[in-house]
Amino acid sequence: MTKNRDMRGEGLEPAAGNGLIDRRALLGRGMLIAGAMGTGLGGSSASAGAEPLTEEPWSLEFGDRTPPYQVPSKFEAKVVRTLSNPKHELRNSHSRTPHHLLEGTTTPNGLHFTINHGGIPAIDPDKHKLVIHGLVKRPLEFSVETLSRYPMISRTTFVECGGNSAPMFSPEPLQETVQALHGLASCAEWTGVKLSTLLEETGVDPRAKWLIAEGADSPRLSRSVPMKKALDDAMVVLYQNGERLMPGNGYPMRLLLPGYEGNMNVKFLRRLKLVEQPAFSMYESRTYAPILPNGKAYRFYFLQEVKSFITFPSHGHVLKEPGLYEISGIAYSGTGRIEKVMVSADGGQSWAQAALQEPVLSKAFTRFRLPWRWNGGPATLQSRAWDESGEVQPTRAEFIVARGELAKPPPVLGFNNQHYNSITSWGVGSNGEVKHVYV
Amino acid sequence: MFTFKHAIFVASVCMVSMGGALLAETPNRGKPIDEAAIAPWDISILPDGTGLPKGSGTPEQGAPIFAEKCSGCHGENGKGGEANALISDRELIGISAAQKTIKNFWPYSTTVFDFIRRAMPFQMPHSLNDDEVYALTAYILAGNKLIGPNDAMDAQTLPKVKMPYRDNFILRFPDRI
Repeated sequence: MTKNRDMRGEGLEPAAGNGLIDRRALLGRGMLIAGAMGTGLGGSSASAGAEPLTEEPWSLEFGDRTPPYQVPSKFEAKVVRTLSNPKHELRNSHSRTPHHLLEGTTTPNGLHFTINHGGIPAIDPDKHKLVIHGLVKRPLEFSVETLSRYPMISRTTFVECGGNSAPMFSPEPLQETVQALHGLASCAEWTGVKLSTLLEETGVDPRAKWLIAEGADSPRLSRSVPMKKALDDAMVVLYQNGERLMPGNGYPMRLLLPGYEGNMNVKFLRRLKLVEQPAFSMYESRTYAPILPNGKAYRFYFLQEVKSFITFPSHGHVLKEPGLYEISGIAYSGTGRIEKVMVSADGGQSWAQAALQEPVLSKAFTRFRLPWRWNGGPATLQSRAWDESGEVQPTRAEFIVARGELAKPPPVLGFNNQHYNSITSWGVGSNGEVKHVYV
Repeated sequence: MFTFKHAIFVASVCMVSMGGALLAETPNRGKPIDEAAIAPWDISILPDGTGLPKGSGTPEQGAPIFAEKCSGCHGENGKGGEANALISDRELIGISAAQKTIKNFWPYSTTVFDFIRRAMPFQMPHSLNDDEVYALTAYILAGNKLIGPNDAMDAQTLPKVKMPYRDNFILRFPDRI
């Protein structure tokens, strides 16, 4: 018992090298960790004592008016997406989720990543139509209003761009935040109609093996989707975290293909054509077909494979003093639930199993946590995820053998290859600064 | 006792057994529309040429259109500018996607027509007629020496253009198709 009462965390059960502490110290013992992380009884670095309490102006006056739609506090102005095309030039625009400034597993709607290739269309929902045709028994047209009459389901799932983490193909670690490296993935609760329900109404000609999904944006972004996926868990979604889809996320309706490459989740969805063969649209022919070291290229890389990364501490954070911290991060997989996340503080020499925050949902962000006592020396933090289907996040060395790396460091906004899912390493220096490193 | 719920159940079983129609299970709110009414939106093209429209164009016809409407971003003669090079002898070396060109990577010529028609020019999409799209496609393919300088592209000739990299793709997840 005595060691569990040590509020400095020094007596907590070590789980792996360089200060990692057993995850069970977190479970049901939140007070222990909270106490240990604060100024702490007996903490050597704690100051002598707190100043007498005073009143601040906001506690002495009637507060601000209540807006019809509230936005975050003005003190959170730095918690925003980073933009690839802030001047809105005639090209595509990316916005990246600030994972290092967020917690939990739900991405707020205003911070969900977006990539739009022809700007964001200003769609009047009363005039928007979705048609399903081609190899169907009877083509049908749906409006937002008619779809709203259908039985709905809600599904919490991540969406990730096939080019997310592309800067990790660099031969040298780019000194960038987790937002720049992994910000093209977000997670929301999506509500809408199962596509299989609509396909029951149209009827499906057995010759149909694919459907071509197309948006109402000016480039009519289009992707080919196997009927297997369309009849499995695909949805036509209308709502994002309880409210209507954000304009940049596909308002008023988008295709949702849980676990599949973001670009296939066609936004502003207006047409689904059932066909026998894929269309080989530009995005599936060129953009999302990764070149391999042997000179060949992958085609139809549907899945976003198992991945994890530590969001705290990560590049840009500074640890002010040695002591007990909670390592926290995100894990997800396009092939099911996260089964296990292991964390290392010594660059992969030893590993401890992280606690997974409930609920652990299939194809959704899963928050992992592990207590860590930083002794003030160098540390290399890593996370590695496993999913229920047996898929394992590869080490960078394993990944590079199979998929190669770039000859020279790329621009951080470039998409010089796709579908990177290996381990991210953060190097904590003796000064508390966190750098991106390769092990 | 035979209830209203029973009646619905029996009705739906009957409908399922009658040729697999599952209409009873859904709200059935979709509005029937025939393919002729969908045609103005149906711009899908398949690699075998299915969906290619009437019309035709030659490299010579494409050159002035390209100079006027495309070279501002894609550079003179398609050599590249702010936007990608469209005519290039660059080889695919290493894994960088920046090496990809139409000639060294795109598996099907139909994709060139399809993408121009659906997305280009970026500032004025859907402003080109089908003859102009064929002409631009021919101009780009001829510039890349994938067709002859006088070859006209149309619904019959375009799908027959053999793209050099076509046989180098590996299906990543064949069991998901």
